[in-house]
Amino acid sequence: MANSYSTAKSDLQLVPFEISRKHQLAEDVYLISVPRKSDFEAGQVVAVSLSDGQTPRLYSIASGNAGPEISILFNIKKDGFLSPQLANSKEGDRILVSAPFGNFTCRDEKACWIASGTGIAPFASMFFSGQWKGKTLIHGGRTVDSFYFQDDIAPVMKESYIRCCSQENGLGLYQGRLTSYLKEQTYLDLSQKYYLCGSPEMVVDVRDILISKKVPFENIISEIYF
Amino acid sequence: MEKPSLFGKTLDELKQVASKLDLPKYAAKQMAEWLYKKNVVSIEEMSNLSKKTREDLATNFQMGKVAHSKEQVSVDGTKKYLFPSGQNKFIEAAYIPDEDRATLCVSSQVGCKMGCLFCMTGKQGFQSNLSAGEIVNQIFSLPEKEKLTNIVYMGMGEPFDNLQEVLKSLEILTSEWGAGMSPRRITVSTIGIVPAMEEFLEKSECHLAVSLHTPFDEERRKLMPINTVYPINKVLSEVRSWDFGKQRRLSFEYIMFKDLNDTTAHVNELARLLNGLRCRINLIRFHPIPDTPLLSSDSEKMESFKAALEVKGITTTIRRSRGEDIYAACGLLSTKELVKKEESDY
Ligand SMILES: Cc1cc2nc3c(=O)[nH]c(=O)nc-3n(C[C@H](O)[C@H](O)[C@H](O)COP(=O)(O)OP(=O)(O)OC[C@H]3O[C@@H](n4cnc5c(N)ncnc54)[C@H](O)[C@@H]3O)c2cc1C
Ligand code: SF4
Repeated sequence: MANSYSTAKSDLQLVPFEISRKHQLAEDVYLISVPRKSDFEAGQVVAVSLSDGQTPRLYSIASGNAGPEISILFNIKKDGFLSPQLANSKEGDRILVSAPFGNFTCRDEKACWIASGTGIAPFASMFFSGQWKGKTLIHGGRTVDSFYFQDDIAPVMKESYIRCCSQENGLGLYQGRLTSYLKEQTYLDLSQKYYLCGSPEMVVDVRDILISKKVPFENIISEIYF
Repeated sequence: MEKPSLFGKTLDELKQVASKLDLPKYAAKQMAEWLYKKNVVSIEEMSNLSKKTREDLATNFQMGKVAHSKEQVSVDGTKKYLFPSGQNKFIEAAYIPDEDRATLCVSSQVGCKMGCLFCMTGKQGFQSNLSAGEIVNQIFSLPEKEKLTNIVYMGMGEPFDNLQEVLKSLEILTSEWGAGMSPRRITVSTIGIVPAMEEFLEKSECHLAVSLHTPFDEERRKLMPINTVYPINKVLSEVRSWDFGKQRRLSFEYIMFKDLNDTTAHVNELARLLNGLRCRINLIRFHPIPDTPLLSSDSEKMESFKAALEVKGITTTIRRSRGEDIYAACGLLSTKELVKKEESDY
């Protein structure tokens, strides 16, 4: 069998970087940044690994497209391979990162962004890239500290930023899951686009709710963190 | 804790077992023969191993073969088998007899993470990966095993989201020490997880089927979320970079949705996209799932779409729907009702 391959493989080539910043945003949730060496569109992902030969994992870029860094937001997966190691890494450590790719991108259109947990990352990137006008952002999290970047987003997006907290109460938060929030809505704009990002369960549940509320499936675009 | 299973181990893994239990090296081959050629159901039956060896094996391992727990038979002869996978988890396998062949459609995961809009398994969400043993168990524990001519990895789950176990299962099925099947009788289907597809193409010689469903990216990302990371051109440039040779088959699965992906524009774009690629397209009737906004193209449309593709030089077949009455047809497999719903909180 002639197993020659060429172009496709090179797309996921990983390049060494030094971690320029590492922040803990909540229990088990971190933001890691590397210097930005290429352009990207908000909504794209990078493949990340810590050493050659490891199967890389994908992470949405969470930073703005004009900034000096590319940041990823991640939570530790219990029994996971890479995320616990990433959480243990330090500023200055070597990390392998691919060029940005993917097309979960949102143009200057009226849209509703819906995220659960770290699924906020691509929308954070869109927000920091100045694409928040005409957008509503609905973010679901379990605890009051799950609303990463809220200090940046809340003052700008104001009432178009809805935080749904399923396990705790907090000022300005909708108390309940984001699916409950969506089910309660009597009016949904059927002509706008809905961008969904997060776990498979969230995406499938939300998509079903939107379709049951007559949102055309053509207006629903999803990114699943599989 | 449950003992590990012998069934589902590759020859290399059986050699490790032999070494751990201080057995002679050839014992690994003997075990493989009992497991995958003679298809025994207990360690006790491995009669050319000494009694002491069998006792040692039984102390440390369980056999790991599991019979189906339920069977449904369609009016067209298709059968759907339910196999347990761990506690409160189940998978389905569809046995599809035809005039000159008998195909088994096997699952690779309990549920699926990929969330394709048209798929019942996608609606179920993901519960777990199957081990190589659980994958090949669907074949070895099939009452019709001896009649099987073909195996397709098109049941529940995305095989390339569980690549290592799928590769191990293929090794067991196709190795001379295993079931000794020709890789030309096995097709693995994917929605196009490009890096895993690359590894599969490198390590296995089985046929590849790619679920395409539309040649247009914008449309595909609304049907299949995977398209936001691995769009059509990435998937195609990957398959184009491989020489499939004369024997290995590349096919594209194409579920036909009324007024969505069954137009002349789709024929033209498919022809452009697949130009020069030695492949075939399988057109599949859409089997509606609950609350779906999608409709199936009718038979007439499917025939004219096939004819139009053939005029463009693309070998095209229409897959006959089988087992629809027992929800065994393409896209309908699901064990959602049997999964004790673990409320996912977000
Ligand atoms: C397009 C895309 C974008 C993504 N963006 C982000 C992001 O921005 N932020 C983020 O946090 N994550 C993101 N992810 C998820 C990320 O890629 C990783 O999957 C995640 O970080 C876990 O990686 P890991 O190596 O720690 O875990 P893995 O080792 O990959 O394991 C993942 C989970 O599966 C379980 N598991 C492992 N093996 C098995 C098995 N055999 N059977 C059953 N379960 C098993 C583990 O316990 C763990 O919980 C994204 C994924 C995709 C596809
Ligand atoms: S079509 Fe395949 S990959 Fe898509 S959700 Fe169904 S089982 Fe998963």
